[in-house]
Amino acid sequence: MIAGRPIVPGEAEGEALVSDDALSFWGGYDFHTGEIIDRHHPLAGVRAAGRILAVPFSKGSSTTTAVLLEAVRAGTAPAAILTTGVDSFFALASIVAGVMYGKSFPVIALEADDFARLTTGARLAVERDGTIRYSR
Amino acid sequence: MLTLSERDRAMLNGDHGPAPQLAMSILVRMADVYSADELMDISQAHIDSTIYLGDATLEFAERLASLGARVAVPTSLNVSGVDECGWKDWAVSPEWAAKAARQMLAYEKMGAVPTWTCAPYQTQMRPSFGQQIAWGESNAIAFANSVIGARTERYPDLLDICCAITGRVPAVGLHVTANRAGQMLLRLTDVPLTLQRDDQFFAVLGHLVGKLAGDRIPVIDGIAVRPLEDHLKAFAAAVASSGRVALFHIVGITPEAPTLEAAFQQRDPEQTLDVTVADLRDARSELTTADGRELDMVILGSPHFSLAEFEQLAPLVTGKRTDRRVKFLITSSRLMKELAGEAGVLQPIVEFGAQITLDTCILASPMLPPEIRTLMTNSAKYAYYAPSLLNTRVTFGSLADCVRSAIEGRVVRDDSLWTGA
Repeated sequence: MIAGRPIVPGEAEGEALVSDDALSFWGGYDFHTGEIIDRHHPLAGVRAAGRILAVPFSKGSSTTTAVLLEAVRAGTAPAAILTTGVDSFFALASIVAGVMYGKSFPVIALEADDFARLTTGARLAVERDGTIRYSR
Repeated sequence: MLTLSERDRAMLNGDHGPAPQLAMSILVRMADVYSADELMDISQAHIDSTIYLGDATLEFAERLASLGARVAVPTSLNVSGVDECGWKDWAVSPEWAAKAARQMLAYEKMGAVPTWTCAPYQTQMRPSFGQQIAWGESNAIAFANSVIGARTERYPDLLDICCAITGRVPAVGLHVTANRAGQMLLRLTDVPLTLQRDDQFFAVLGHLVGKLAGDRIPVIDGIAVRPLEDHLKAFAAAVASSGRVALFHIVGITPEAPTLEAAFQQRDPEQTLDVTVADLRDARSELTTADGRELDMVILGSPHFSLAEFEQLAPLVTGKRTDRRVKFLITSSRLMKELAGEAGVLQPIVEFGAQITLDTCILASPMLPPEIRTLMTNSAKYAYYAPSLLNTRVTFGSLADCVRSAIEGRVVRDDSLWTGA
């Protein structure tokens, strides 16, 4: 169990997809398919739709939020996003997705050592208070 | 704990109408995310939400416009998803063009100035030193903070317009003097003047610094040349592509870094790294993802080509002609094209065979036909994003390399400065 800080609270369950590299959604995420397409990124070619995406923070273009909003509308967004610090871009996309489509997703900030313990492929459940549990 | 002013609360209650209410409700939730104690006034905004991506960005813009949204401060507009007048020359579908134009109209209706450029700092909307602003567009944010000394956080799409409609931002981050101090020191060591004078130098350095800095404020020491404004523009675009840099200081050059001590506000750097010629060579190599000499298109103008860049390009192409197999595209703004025309430098560039796209760029508009597979550019931002966004391969080179390659119809680069001993 990991105690995270809910930046945008919510519940989600899914398979973890973890990277230590920051990600720009603009130029980095195809919202038509939910695939990570940034060739500079270790997760390039991997589908993040419906998974619990853990990246330390967003980087690059300020269009990241709009791509993520498109992904929510298209049903190709990650089920939740876990970060190290408080990532305002991911939070905004989730908040606006809630306003526009009634579909926000949890954005949870973790301590760096907790983040480091995450592994790709683990099944995780995100709870409203920011707790992250291993599920099966 | 966030304390709102009476006016903020009135907006939130809907006393100013439904659009300020919606914008304020998003802003207040974001103020919580930023752990802000209060909101503060801004006197200018630049909107990146103009970029049409799909139905969600359009629906967001039209929702605000239909609620009667008006910007509360002078507001410029970033690139859109379409060159309103020139899209038919390219592979843009009529459906895309129509929807992107609807999105443009929605933001124009809100009372913003239709600048349609990612380099608003080179228009009449350039802010001044110390001015509190809310800007979107990563290159523009980095330029405004660092080169001008205006103050903006890294405002994402969807939030920038909420700030413009309310005239308010969370009083945090780079709006506050103490948060503008450098965090890491990058010292150029034995980087020769000849390399620093090369017109690729600042783009390459920016690409490298962005990777090293991540989300920290880098301070660069050891620059021995006086960069042109467009060099700093290239640096800002590069550093904000490979990293999350919203503010950088270059000692002796940018306004908040007259000295090393000033750049760090008398504090100690968290980390100090040396930047060597070898690091710069590696960074430059990374910007090239193509391996052969094939060339379909030269692309210039990310950020948008300036008057000074048109003036620099004109003598290189006068009396020459591109190879008929190679396209030569410049992305720029209506204003810069008009100024270049008045300055008499546009004609030789057009006669050379160059095409000019306005209002947008190849990354924001699906304009390139699929047969365009290999690009050449002097822009680190184009070089960084084009492989992923456009599935193209890119060669990075100097402006002169780009021109020569277009004439010869294949990639030619003068690498002597970058590969020499």
